[in-house]
Amino acid sequence: MLSDQDRIFTNLYGLHSPDLDAAKKRGAWDGTKFLLEMGRDWIIDEMKGSGLRGRGGAGFPTGLKWSFMPKKSDGRPHYLVVNADESEPGTCKDREIMRHDPHLLIEGCLLASFAMGAHACYVYLRGEYVAEKFALQRAVDEAYEARLVGKDNVHGYPFDIYVHHGAGAYICGEETALIESLEGKKGMPRLKPPFPANMGLYGCPTTVNNVESIAVAGTILRRGGAWFAGLGGTNNTGTKLFCVSGHVNKPCNVEEEMGITFRELIDKHCGGMRGGWDNLLCSIPGGSSVPLVPAEQIIDAKMDFDTLRDLGSGLGTAAVIVLDRSTDIVSAITRISYFYKHESCGQCTPCREGTGWMWRVLQRMSQGRAQKREIDMLFEVTKQIEGHTICALGDAAAWPVQGLIRHFRPEIEKRIDQYSANPHSEAVPMAAE
Amino acid sequence: MANRRLAPAAEQPESFAFSPENAEWARGQIEKYPEGRQASAVIPLLWKAQEQNGGWLPQKAIEAVADQLGMPHIRVLEVATFYTMFALEPVGRFWIQLCGTVPCDSCGARELKDALHERLGPPGHVSADGNFSWLEVECLGACCNAPMVQINQDYYEDLTPESLNALMDDLAAGRPVKIGSQTGRISSEPKDAINTLTDPTLFDGSRVGAWRKRFEHMRHGGDKGDAAVKKEESASTEARAKDETKPARPQAGRASETQAVETPVQRVIDGKEPVRPDERAKAAEPETSSAAPQVADQVGAPKPAGTSARIAEDEQAVAEDATLRTEPPQQPVASGADDEVHQEQSPEERANAAGTRPAGIAAARDDRPDDLTKIRGIGPVNSRRLNDLGVWHYDQIAAWTPAEIAWVGAYLAFPGRIDREDWVGQAGTLAEKKG
Repeated sequence: MLSDQDRIFTNLYGLHSPDLDAAKKRGAWDGTKFLLEMGRDWIIDEMKGSGLRGRGGAGFPTGLKWSFMPKKSDGRPHYLVVNADESEPGTCKDREIMRHDPHLLIEGCLLASFAMGAHACYVYLRGEYVAEKFALQRAVDEAYEARLVGKDNVHGYPFDIYVHHGAGAYICGEETALIESLEGKKGMPRLKPPFPANMGLYGCPTTVNNVESIAVAGTILRRGGAWFAGLGGTNNTGTKLFCVSGHVNKPCNVEEEMGITFRELIDKHCGGMRGGWDNLLCSIPGGSSVPLVPAEQIIDAKMDFDTLRDLGSGLGTAAVIVLDRSTDIVSAITRISYFYKHESCGQCTPCREGTGWMWRVLQRMSQGRAQKREIDMLFEVTKQIEGHTICALGDAAAWPVQGLIRHFRPEIEKRIDQYSANPHSEAVPMAAE
Repeated sequence: MANRRLAPAAEQPESFAFSPENAEWARGQIEKYPEGRQASAVIPLLWKAQEQNGGWLPQKAIEAVADQLGMPHIRVLEVATFYTMFALEPVGRFWIQLCGTVPCDSCGARELKDALHERLGPPGHVSADGNFSWLEVECLGACCNAPMVQINQDYYEDLTPESLNALMDDLAAGRPVKIGSQTGRISSEPKDAINTLTDPTLFDGSRVGAWRKRFEHMRHGGDKGDAAVKKEESASTEARAKDETKPARPQAGRASETQAVETPVQRVIDGKEPVRPDERAKAAEPETSSAAPQVADQVGAPKPAGTSARIAEDEQAVAEDATLRTEPPQQPVASGADDEVHQEQSPEERANAAGTRPAGIAAARDDRPDDLTKIRGIGPVNSRRLNDLGVWHYDQIAAWTPAEIAWVGAYLAFPGRIDREDWVGQAGTLAEKKG
């Protein structure tokens, strides 16, 4: 188990005050000026050396992302945008950071902005997080009052931070959709290139980072990239907030070392599996967008980017949804399919039409009212959606369905057999008719 | 996609205007965004309008917000219908949003849904007493506390049908309720079983500043320049991260001492020249042998410069290129063998192989050269190098033929970039503006 001394989010559960004084005692805002004086290149090198991979789901190296920003401004301002539109089903970690450790985030914003030559930072919160917005705004006000941030602050680097509030759209978690939304438009993703590092918010160089990626920056710089890189394994370094939900005895958020095994994570922190390990059916290890992994494969798997990728899934946001044998897995995936149908922005046809189509077919399959050949057809359709859309929502909608078919095909067939074994007055429909 | 429409005309109010204090608040919001970007405030303003109007957005409010921000009505209508948290029809005094996505679904959201159905009827309708209306929504992001609902602005977590009903009774009767977990959890900790973050030294301030040892250690480590220390530190960090699968956990705040390899940086640290003269000479040799005589008779030819100055200039140009480059660096198409050959040639030879040299003029017309750096992709160094070629004006660049573009691209060692950044087009526009 990770030692308490190596945890970054020391007030994860809100047992202590989130206020500035208490945060300072926990180590936030400690020597920030000293870190800034070490220079831009040092900060970026240290972040690269830490091996930190973005915590928002895609796992892109954070230091590398920062280094894409132009070194010199061409007259346009630079922006840092923090993605606090946490809406991947299963994920509830950024919420705790903003409620309980907001100063780590604000300090990280200053450090990251400095490293990228940005003087303004927008934190985009999802609309539902009203309490979190107030908590963060309060911390920002405190920081302004203590002159830690602002035009004329003690760090000598003019920097403004603004809290912006969305209004409930999953798609705004995609970086370019988030930028669109921040500009006051519908949250529809943009085509890339140009990448945000060149043309982002208001047409200016912009970097969009997840809350957790930014909030760990201060601690990494203080204790050194080597310290962070020393935790976890190669290419999967550091600590990570895991959000464990579903059928465990004590669902919780916990900060753990990358590469902890699934079994250890559940046993040590979540009071074990509900009904014992034999009761585990499968897990969705990285938020609803990644394919499920059946029990026998996940149970001793390391929870990191590469191991889960090799299992045909992904770490995503480390939102571990655990499902036991009482779960109706077909209708669970149907529910996920409904989610993507609901959240598709409607811009690309494969996604707009495909998500609804998959949901309708799955709905029939969960009752058994389908033909067996439709399973292959469904798989085929997921392949038509995947990779044919502007953003990754199409992929995210297709993967859970692929995971279901890959691992639980007999379950679907069983249901179809059961249905057709009984007399029904209606004809079994086909496809999405 | 959700199909969302405005409420029927009969339910729409006649007019809408922000109350004075909300109007004041709105001005504060608009100030958050840069000049001319007030459209960014559209979501916060719609929120306030919804709040003022009892939890839903009428058409007049949408129009009022549009007028205030100088946006077309349709743009704001688009926003209001796109984001699902804007209620377009009247809602109850307590607007219940039930999370029904998988983590909640697997932990009992279906029972809550049944309970709400039983008590309030189908979703989307305001109860007879005007107190409640409900809707199933997608993940609200409190999955460790599933199942949960959001009532107006607050989260109520760890619910059962019984506790949800009790909660609704309390709300309807105006009794105080507890926001958050309904089973006594503080937030998302494992209930009654917290076994992390128990070390008291995390919270009493005793760890503040401990990390500075790392830097002091480095300072005392040797008589090294500040920059060199930083460089070495980051180099060793990167090297370790790359090679060691699982290094022994270094003590926090300790510098890791690794011997840097034979690099220019290390040589500087050791007090030697970063690049030895013989290395420099080797790299520069072809330059002196061919370039100068060949170009001497051409108009506007680059002035034969000292070798080291030329190298410095090249390096500067590459650095400038890196700063101006906006897309991730492209992989060179040519193989390494080809690069070898290029290194042996002077820029002119390289360029002559690629295309034809554009005709230059000896000096700027009327002694007033155009500011070539206005062209995106040309910085001060490249501008100087173009001047050396006899290129002083936008119209000269605008008139380049493909062969000439290839020549200049090869000469500046940026093959393909002139087309990619459309220097010719940019120059044409600038020339027109000037003319």
